[in-house]
Amino acid sequence: MKRRTPMNRNVSRTIADIAVWIALAIGAVVMIAPLLWMVSTSLKTKLEVFALPPVWIPAEPQWNTYVRMWEDSLVLSGFRNSLIVSLSVTVIGTLTCSLAAFALAKMRLPARNFIFFGLLAGIMIPFPTLMIPQFVMFSTIGWVDTLLPLIVPAIFGNIVMIFFLRQYLESVPNSLIEAAKIDGASYWQIFWRMIMPIIRPAVAAQFILWFMAVWNDYLAPILYLNTPSKQTLQVVIANMNVQYATQRDYPLIMAASFVALLPILAVFLIFQKQIIESVALTGTKG
Amino acid sequence: MPLTPSTTHAQASAVAGESATRAHRREKKSRLHKDDPRSPLHRTERRWALAFVAAPVLGFLLFTAYPLGYAIYASFTRWNGLGLQVFIGFDNYVQLFNDQYFHKALFNTFFYMIGIPIGLALSLLLALALNRKIPGRTVFRTIYYIPVISSLAAIAILWQWAYNGDFGLVNQVLALFGIDGPNWLASTTWAKPAIIIMAVWKGLGYSMLLYLAAIQSVPRSLYEAASLDGASAFQRFRAITLPMVRPVTFFLVVTNVIGGAQIFTEINIMTPTGGPEFSTASAVWYIWRQAFRYQQMGYATAMAVVLGLLILVITLIQFRLNRRNSFIID
Repeated sequence: MKRRTPMNRNVSRTIADIAVWIALAIGAVVMIAPLLWMVSTSLKTKLEVFALPPVWIPAEPQWNTYVRMWEDSLVLSGFRNSLIVSLSVTVIGTLTCSLAAFALAKMRLPARNFIFFGLLAGIMIPFPTLMIPQFVMFSTIGWVDTLLPLIVPAIFGNIVMIFFLRQYLESVPNSLIEAAKIDGASYWQIFWRMIMPIIRPAVAAQFILWFMAVWNDYLAPILYLNTPSKQTLQVVIANMNVQYATQRDYPLIMAASFVALLPILAVFLIFQKQIIESVALTGTKG
Repeated sequence: MPLTPSTTHAQASAVAGESATRAHRREKKSRLHKDDPRSPLHRTERRWALAFVAAPVLGFLLFTAYPLGYAIYASFTRWNGLGLQVFIGFDNYVQLFNDQYFHKALFNTFFYMIGIPIGLALSLLLALALNRKIPGRTVFRTIYYIPVISSLAAIAILWQWAYNGDFGLVNQVLALFGIDGPNWLASTTWAKPAIIIMAVWKGLGYSMLLYLAAIQSVPRSLYEAASLDGASAFQRFRAITLPMVRPVTFFLVVTNVIGGAQIFTEINIMTPTGGPEFSTASAVWYIWRQAFRYQQMGYATAMAVVLGLLILVITLIQFRLNRRNSFIID
C-alpha cells in the first residue's frame, strides 16, 4: 500500500469535504423543498396550482388567500383552542411534574422506587389501548365535545418529563436541601425558591418539547371534538383538507397548513439551541 | 418481594435506580446517625413528599390503570359504548383472529416499519457527514430538523398533495428525470412506499441529532489509536463508531417500533378510506374506525388489547436481544 504524504492527505480530505458538502446540500434541498412548495402553493392562483409545467414563483402572490383563510374558515377558533389546550397542559403540567420530580429525587418518600417504576411502566401502555375506555369515561361525565378531556389527564403530569427532571436533580447535592431545612424553610419554599431555579433550564426545554407535542396532537382531538368551532387547529386543517379539496382550493389548504406549523417553527428557530441540546440528551440518558 | 419494614425504609432512602448495596449502606449510615424514620420531622417530610407525587400517581390510577383494566374487561363484551354491555367470553378474540381486515391492517402496520432501518442508516450517514468540520453545518442541522417539529397533520396534508399523480411535486420532480410517476396514493403498489418515504423524510432529523450527539461523545483517542494501527476509515467506522452508537440505535429502534405500531395520523389524512383495497389502513386506524364509526367498542377494544400486547412483547424481545448482544461485545 502506498503511504500518503501529509500534503496528499490534506488534499484528499478537502475533496471529501466538498463531496460531503454537496451531498448534504442536495439532501437539504429534498428536506426543505416540500415546505417551500407548500408556501408557494398557498400564494398561487387556483389556475397556477394546476399549471403544467409547474409554477414555482407565482406571478402575482395571492396574499389575499391568507386574509380569506382567517375570515372564511375556522382557523382562528382552531388557533384559540389549540392555544388553550397547549398552554394549560404545559403550564399546570410542568408544575405537577416538577413537584413530583423533587419528591422522587430528593425527599423521604415511602415506596419511592415502587412509585417511580410504576409510573414509568405506565408509558409502556400505548394510548390506542386506553383510548376507548377513556372516551367512555369522559362521555359519561359529559365532557365529550369540550377541551377538558385533552387538558385534564395531561395536567396530572407527564412521566417522561418527571423522569428527566428527576435525572437532572440527582446532581444537586443533598447538603443544599439539608441546609435549607435547618434554616427552617418549608418544603414548598425549598421547592419554589431553591429547586425551581436550579432545574429551570431542564424545565424550559421539556416545556417546549411538551408544548410542541400537545400542539401537534391529532388522534385525541379527533376523538373528542365534534363541533367545528371547538376543534383544535390540527383537526381544523384536516377537515379543511377534505372540504376544500373538492373545490380544488389548494392555496387555501396550504395556507392553513402552513399557519398551523408556523408557531412551532417560530419557537423552534428561537429556542433551537436548547431544544437540540435537550433532544440530544434524551438519546443518551433515555 | 414482601415489603418488610426494613425494605421499605431502604427503598425510602435509596435514590431511585441506585444499586441495592448502596441503598443498604446508606440505610446503615442513617442508622448510625440515629436518623429515626419515626421522628416527627421525617413524618412531615413524608407527608409533603406524598402530596407532591399525588397528582401523577392519581393521574396514573385514573387515566392509565383504570382504563387498562376496563379495556381488558370490555374486550370480553359486546358493547356499543353507551348501552348494554354483554359478556361474550372470547368471541371478540375469535372474531379478530378471523378478521381479514384486521390481519391486513396489522400487516400494513408492520410493513411500514421497513422505513425504520432505512431511516436509521440514512440518519447515521447524515450524522457522520455533519460531524465533519464543514461550513454551514448548523444550517444543515436546522434544515434537516424542521420536518421533525412540524405538525404531522400539516405535513400529511402537504404530502398528500405532493403525491398527486398529475400536479404533485413528487411526480413533477420525477418528470425532470424522464420518469412517469404513479398516482401514488391511489395505487395498491405505491401507496405504502409513499407513506414510508414521507415518514422517513419526517423522522430523519431526529435520529440524526441523537446519532450526532453520540458520535461527538466518542473519545477522540480511540480513533487516533486506531489510525496509528493503520485502520482504514471504514474499519474505524465498523470497529469504533458503530459499537459506540449502539445504545442510540437501540433506543431509536425501540421507540420507532413503539411509535410505528401506533401509526394513525398520516393514514387517516392521506388516505381517509384506508387506501385502495385497504392497502394503507393501519391497526390503530382500523381500531379507531370500528370504535368511533361503527360503535363496535367491545370488538375494537379487543383489537387494541392485542395491539398493546404485541407492542409489549416486541419491546421485551428487543430488550432481551440487546442485553445478550452487548454481552458478546464486552
